[in-house]
Amino acid sequence: MTNSLFEEKLQSDEFLVTTEIGPPKGTDNSEMVEHIDLLKDKVDAINITDHQSSVMRFPSIGGCLLVKEHGGEPILQITCRDRNRLAIQAELLLAYSRGIGNVLCLTGDSIDVGDHKEAKPVFDLDSVQLLRMIRTMESGTDIGGNELKGAPKFCLGASVHPEADFIEPQLIKFDKKIAAGAQFFQTQSIFDLDSFRRFIQYAAQFDVKILAGIIVLASARMAQFMNNNVPGIMVPQAIIDELSSVEKGKVLQKGIEIAVRLIKTIKEENLCHGIHIMAVGRERIVPDILEAAELVRVSPK
Amino acid sequence: MIVSERKPLAEIRRMIAPYQRLLTLGCGTCATVCGAGGEREVSFLNSALRVAQAKSGNETHTLSEYTVKRQCDLEFLDPLVEKVGDIDAILALSCGIGMQVIAERFPDMPVLPGVNTSFMGAVDEYGVWDERCAACGDCRLEETGGICPITRCTKGILNGPCAGTKDGKCEVSKDMDCGWILIYKRLEGLGQLEKMRRYYPPRNFRTIPRPKRIISQANIDTGEDND
Ligand code: SF4
Ligand code: SF4
Repeated sequence: MTNSLFEEKLQSDEFLVTTEIGPPKGTDNSEMVEHIDLLKDKVDAINITDHQSSVMRFPSIGGCLLVKEHGGEPILQITCRDRNRLAIQAELLLAYSRGIGNVLCLTGDSIDVGDHKEAKPVFDLDSVQLLRMIRTMESGTDIGGNELKGAPKFCLGASVHPEADFIEPQLIKFDKKIAAGAQFFQTQSIFDLDSFRRFIQYAAQFDVKILAGIIVLASARMAQFMNNNVPGIMVPQAIIDELSSVEKGKVLQKGIEIAVRLIKTIKEENLCHGIHIMAVGRERIVPDILEAAELVRVSPK
Repeated sequence: MIVSERKPLAEIRRMIAPYQRLLTLGCGTCATVCGAGGEREVSFLNSALRVAQAKSGNETHTLSEYTVKRQCDLEFLDPLVEKVGDIDAILALSCGIGMQVIAERFPDMPVLPGVNTSFMGAVDEYGVWDERCAACGDCRLEETGGICPITRCTKGILNGPCAGTKDGKCEVSKDMDCGWILIYKRLEGLGQLEKMRRYYPPRNFRTIPRPKRIISQANIDTGEDND
């Protein structure tokens, strides 16, 4: 049995909302805990990122345990960048034993984009192999074929890039992730709804849930920076222009407005099963976004 | 070929400091082709060392030079036998394999690396070499249209591109092609995209036996060397 409450919600017709929290660089968890308390009843699940952008931080599993302790529903992020198959399996055993029910399976950004550029990149597995490995563990053996005393069970997610400039190879990978056991996808940030609609048409043939990735941009410079430095992000010029068009001090508000506009359209057109909000360091504004997008839970779960 | 790169002069000077009489030893094969340790580079390096020594005024190394056909092959090392009697160390400008064969052949002779062995690769244009193979021991070029996913994808992943690829380039650099986009295009051109749709399981990274050893297949087939 999975520990996942999120899995049940995936099977409902509810419009789902997930968000993510970046853990601290250091042992001081107070801000992360504040963010958890702020968001846990307002969203259906909270991802805790795993050394996002290859920047060393407090681990995802540590954050997920805090989410559990505080009564929220965590999504553990696992990348293949830093751990080999032994370490990842061990972490999954720990996660399951401590009641964590959801795992987002990622290959991970290159070491080179982060703050430890000389570290050894592991990539013993890729995202597709990671998904399969977890399904193998669920069947009772580790990936080496050895029997497990107690098998885990997870609700598995993965990532997809609907706005990639060259979509065909990404769709092949998407298919492979589904065949490997992905049940839900949290997409890379989307901006261009035309390409997102095309992706959704393609994805409709599969029995998987798609949560559209919504990133909140705080400035035109941040958008430019992300375009140049953050893998998998492509902010269109029109959005950058829109951010530049407002006076200083109101740019974040504009970023929120853009996010809300996207969310509302997605919801009105019933484009996909939910959204995944990435506030990158500004977790505090997520409730405002939910309110503006009329996604406030009437009675918290 | 095995591509190496000359070490910085300052590092070489620090290394040779304890030794009076040095033989700078070139290799006539890969190190020559990649411009790191052929006859020409041996002579350039010795000139540079002599100039530096003259400037510093307090060093008195005696530098000789020689280039063998291939340092990694014992059969080409015999001419060195008469030379090693007159020297205190060999400054080798071959790949790390060549240096080790020299060290095994001359157990009493210190061997100093004058180059950094960098990768296995091919010439892109004059003076530019690109990595092409990591000797993974399980060549999958048939599945990837002749383009190596281990060396041409930064992450060496096997089941298709990550989400970081943009404009056909890798997420780490606008100057580096994304290996998986190259593979996709090549397979598409060959009408073999189904190869990319297949699932490829995790690689076998088993390192034992280390060092690895290969016994000639021909000998196994005829029963020789097969005890
Ligand atoms: S797959 Fe790549 S690294 Fe492996 S043997 Fe072939 S070319 Fe070399
Ligand atoms: S962008 Fe391409 S080459 Fe770079 S890590 Fe991703 S798949 Fe590999």
